Amino acid sequence: MAEGTPAILVRGLVKRFPELTAVDGLDLEVRAGECFGLLGPNGAGKTTTIEILEGLQRATAGSVELLGLPWEGHAEELRGRIGIQLQETELYDKLSVRETVALFRSFYPRRLEVADVLAQVDLVEKQDAWVEKLSGGQKQRLAIACALVSDPELFFLDEPTTGLDPAARRSLWEIVDRLRARGRTIVLTTHYMEEAEKLCDRIALLRKGKVIALGTPRELIARLGADEIIEVGSEPHLPAELFSAIPGVAACLPDPGGYRLSVKGIHETLPRVIDALRQRGARPSRLATRTATLDDVFVELTGTSIGAEEAAAEQAADAKSAKGWRAKKREGAR
Amino acid sequence: MSLADRPLWQLLLVRWREMRREPGVLFWVFGFPILLAISLGLAFRNRPPEVQPIAVVEGAGAESAAAAVDAVEGLKAARVDAAAALEMLRSGKALLVLEPGREGEPPRFTLDPSRPGSRLAEIAVRDALEHARDPASRLAAREEVVTAPGRRYIDFLLPGLLGMNLMSGGVWGVGWALVVMRTRKLLKRFAATPMRRGDLLLSFMLFRVVISLVEAAFLILFGILAFGLWPRGSWLDVAALVALSALAFGGVGLLVSSRAQNSQTAAGLMNFVTMPMFLLSGVFFAADNFPGWMQPVVRALPLTALNDALRAIVLDGAALASTWPQLAVLSGWGALGFGLALKIFRWI
Repeated sequence: MAEGTPAILVRGLVKRFPELTAVDGLDLEVRAGECFGLLGPNGAGKTTTIEILEGLQRATAGSVELLGLPWEGHAEELRGRIGIQLQETELYDKLSVRETVALFRSFYPRRLEVADVLAQVDLVEKQDAWVEKLSGGQKQRLAIACALVSDPELFFLDEPTTGLDPAARRSLWEIVDRLRARGRTIVLTTHYMEEAEKLCDRIALLRKGKVIALGTPRELIARLGADEIIEVGSEPHLPAELFSAIPGVAACLPDPGGYRLSVKGIHETLPRVIDALRQRGARPSRLATRTATLDDVFVELTGTSIGAEEAAAEQAADAKSAKGWRAKKREGAR
Repeated sequence: MSLADRPLWQLLLVRWREMRREPGVLFWVFGFPILLAISLGLAFRNRPPEVQPIAVVEGAGAESAAAAVDAVEGLKAARVDAAAALEMLRSGKALLVLEPGREGEPPRFTLDPSRPGSRLAEIAVRDALEHARDPASRLAAREEVVTAPGRRYIDFLLPGLLGMNLMSGGVWGVGWALVVMRTRKLLKRFAATPMRRGDLLLSFMLFRVVISLVEAAFLILFGILAFGLWPRGSWLDVAALVALSALAFGGVGLLVSSRAQNSQTAAGLMNFVTMPMFLLSGVFFAADNFPGWMQPVVRALPLTALNDALRAIVLDGAALASTWPQLAVLSGWGALGFGLALKIFRWI
């Protein structure tokens, strides 16, 4: 791979299914050695996009190059150079951890030792345990071990921490951090904003198959024109114009408990907000401040939070079909 | 490259480990056919023919008539009054009611001709009465009873059971495991590696050949120990036929599972494929019994071909080469299944 060649180059990617357009004209460039996050609610096209990148689905239109190579004519080589963790794979229940890694190892031209790989994902002590006896976090680490065993240049991790408890999530973050430290390129999808902020060098926010924002986590948050968020609700309910007129409030968006205010200089703005309530004789039913997150960026860009968007998408999906794994995924995510 | 690094070997190891670590699978592969053979063997074991009662109505001549009936092998007289005799006939306890009648009067038979054996019983009893009256009237004849291994029902049945078992083992063993791998997204995960896709399918076929040989050895050994049925043909021929059948049924299993997205669809498809063969392919009775217009279909089924070839080799001591039409049918199914499945197989 020539110096400066992007690890991934996507131009005008479109994927249409009979009943919907999952990816709708997507451009992406992932640099070698960076950890790149694809973020968005369920149904935004994250998994479809990543599966096209992995060579598992065919695009309707557009071009994809991995490590400077298109999939056509280079499928076998590319499969040998990338490592994949799929969202829903269940490995063989009755195989041990070591046997599972040895199986995947045999498929690749370039291989690490099984013991080294297990050490990298902290599964040495579990190497003789059957897959069915592993916890969710251990299974996910094993899935990553199966991707690691070919020492790939490029990793795809599709929602690696969905459904995991906080401790398991942190141990997965450590593994991703170690891969970054070794200069590997990583593409990961997630719908946890904090995960993306913590792990990713750059992030693409996806919505309805399109990139709606792209940049480092700090850049994206800086776009809000605000550093902090005030969440305010009042009794009785007050109009939004009252809050947006307050100096220091960059934006005022409705949210379930009242409003979400993006503000600059919270030490001056917060007293003004409280004054405004007092002047109208209203009592604050809710008042909280916090630093801005990617979720606020999403709200700013779309007018709705990622959680609300997801609930709507899931409702639509549930109405269409009673697909078990969606429900399971949702349970796990909560 | 050592053996442990070869994908095909690793994939075969998976098949073996999955089977060995799932006790239920071992039962279905080895236990079930043996149990089936034992129960059918008990049902059809060689036992003395049953003695069938004939109701003889009390009255004049009853004593001598009863004696004549008792003299017939397989029949026994029950002396009862007229009402009871008819009741025995009605309830199926007697094949036939005989009223001997007074001296000079002809005896009277009452029977239900639709009942199997009642006509034969009438003829036998008529003959016995005639013989009692005129001892010289009987035709002298010699009788030979067949009990030799190779010509009993169980001898016909055992190769059929073996064939049936090889069929369900092949179709279900290959098809089911592949569909489970698809629903668990394992096929998709494998498709994302540089693994040669044919290697996975080949591992299923090869493993099926090995398991089929073991299964066949088990059932044949059981036949020898329990029923004294030694295969008359060459063991090598039997092994070659069994291996070929494993490829044929494995190919059918591959084909059936190549598109199914969930286990219900797969189970339905597999039943749809195996059921007609259970019924039509001469497992429990000869496939020749079906009418002529059905024969081309019946003969084209892989299980019919396997059963016919197995019986020819095991029972008649035929050489493998002489069963070439059956071998051609089996090879055709194997090639069709594997070839078509490779084209239409759904990995994602």
